[in-house]
Amino acid sequence: MSIETAITNIAPERIEIDGVTKSFTTNRGTIVALDNVSVKVAEGEFLCLVGPSGCGKSTLLNIIAGLDTPDSGRVLANGESVTGPGRDRMVMFQEHALFPWLDVLGNVMFGLRLKPGLNNKERKEVAKYYLDLVGLSKFLHANIHELSGGMKQRVALARALAPNPRVLLMDEPFAALDALTREQLYGDIQRIWEARRKTILFVTHNVREAACLGDRVLLFSPNPGRIHAEFQVTLPRARDINSVELAHYSTEITAALKGFTNKQGTEVAE
Amino acid sequence: MIRSLSSIVFFLALLLTWEFVARSGHYSTVILPSPLNVLEYIWQATCDGTLWVATLVTMKRLLLGYGLGLLFGIPLGLVTARFRLLQDTLGLLALGVQTLPSVCWVPLALLWFGQTEAAMLFVVVMGTLWSVIIATNDGVRAMPPIYLRAARTMGSKGLHTWVKVILPASLPYLVGGMKQGWAFAWRSLMAAEIFVTILTGFGLGQLLQYGRELLAMDQVVAVMAIIVVIGLLADRLLFSPWERFFHKRWGTGSVK
Repeated sequence: MSIETAITNIAPERIEIDGVTKSFTTNRGTIVALDNVSVKVAEGEFLCLVGPSGCGKSTLLNIIAGLDTPDSGRVLANGESVTGPGRDRMVMFQEHALFPWLDVLGNVMFGLRLKPGLNNKERKEVAKYYLDLVGLSKFLHANIHELSGGMKQRVALARALAPNPRVLLMDEPFAALDALTREQLYGDIQRIWEARRKTILFVTHNVREAACLGDRVLLFSPNPGRIHAEFQVTLPRARDINSVELAHYSTEITAALKGFTNKQGTEVAE
Repeated sequence: MIRSLSSIVFFLALLLTWEFVARSGHYSTVILPSPLNVLEYIWQATCDGTLWVATLVTMKRLLLGYGLGLLFGIPLGLVTARFRLLQDTLGLLALGVQTLPSVCWVPLALLWFGQTEAAMLFVVVMGTLWSVIIATNDGVRAMPPIYLRAARTMGSKGLHTWVKVILPASLPYLVGGMKQGWAFAWRSLMAAEIFVTILTGFGLGQLLQYGRELLAMDQVVAVMAIIVVIGLLADRLLFSPWERFFHKRWGTGSVK
């Protein structure tokens, strides 16, 4: 495989989540993280999953990633059943999860080294291409601890993009960053999504972030974890997190979120 | 610069005080040799080869025993950390046995192996093995589980995960464990050499014991000094470079 084919845009994947149920047993009882959840995600769609903590949105992401198995139901990636992790679906975690024993380049190379069909020189070129894409070409040999939080997440993004997956699964990747860094990354992720044509599933508890990034926003309600509402965001890109039009969407989503959190509150009171 | 100067001044003062007390005539040279006596012995024993041979014999035993301890200790520590059954059995055994001062293995080694090299080796391996198991085990268990999840999504599994993720992630602990293992091996070998008299090799510990029997205090102190120097050199040459590397890569503290 040449470098060109290694970094050529690969067709994004269609994801079908079909009646997925997952519950956890803790010492305080059983929590139904996902209750018969079905979603269809189109090729190249940017789908955001929002909801309060404990609503199962991260669990769903882990199941799609193949890191977790559902109690019942199944996940199909391009029509094929997901049975474990795969290079077509890469994950970005809230904690950067970079390996401190490797430098920046080494981290991006980690997944590439496991990808057949490339020699090491080509792998290095591919890694450099993605580090350039996230604006870190000057930091190839930096140690991870020397980077800021935002830079670490950029490396994690490059690492996830490098094996050229068809789906990117992002689990609250910007939650631990400061507002200014986050805003920059909103711009970057939209730019990269358009340039690299990926299906993205993005988990967040930040409603405005979801409205800014998603083509579609799914609102989850907790215990049992279900899809409570669905919103189409039709604003043109690239979107600005501070725009008035965006505020319109986020207000609508927040209102729906408050609707069921209040209702739950009264249920508890009764 | 100032720091090394203060070290030099301190040790010079120590030596001068020692020389002064030794020369005051209050103590017999059999009890307290002067630093010059000790140096003289070192010079003599270096020239006639006694020290070289003894050091060589000791280092050979040490490296063999220490090497065996690492060879078995690291893999065992890795598996005790990853499998609960081994954690509850072998891990517990290691935790208990490593509290045993290594000199306590000497009587057993003598009865089992007699006055042989095998007895010597046994004591050193027992001194090293358990602490290496514990340190490796602790290192693996301290690893954030997110590393494993991230590695799995990138297609790492089985042996690849062990070699490329679990092992490097626990390396700082591992080197700490290797360092501790080294110290334990060194101590247990000296205990073994002092208590096990054998004819197949005359090590530093035996030289020390021999010095006591001959009432040659200059020899006793000289050998002690050499044991200290070897320990220091090992720390500086074997472990410090690793530790410096980790501090740089991981960004963990320590001002050196």
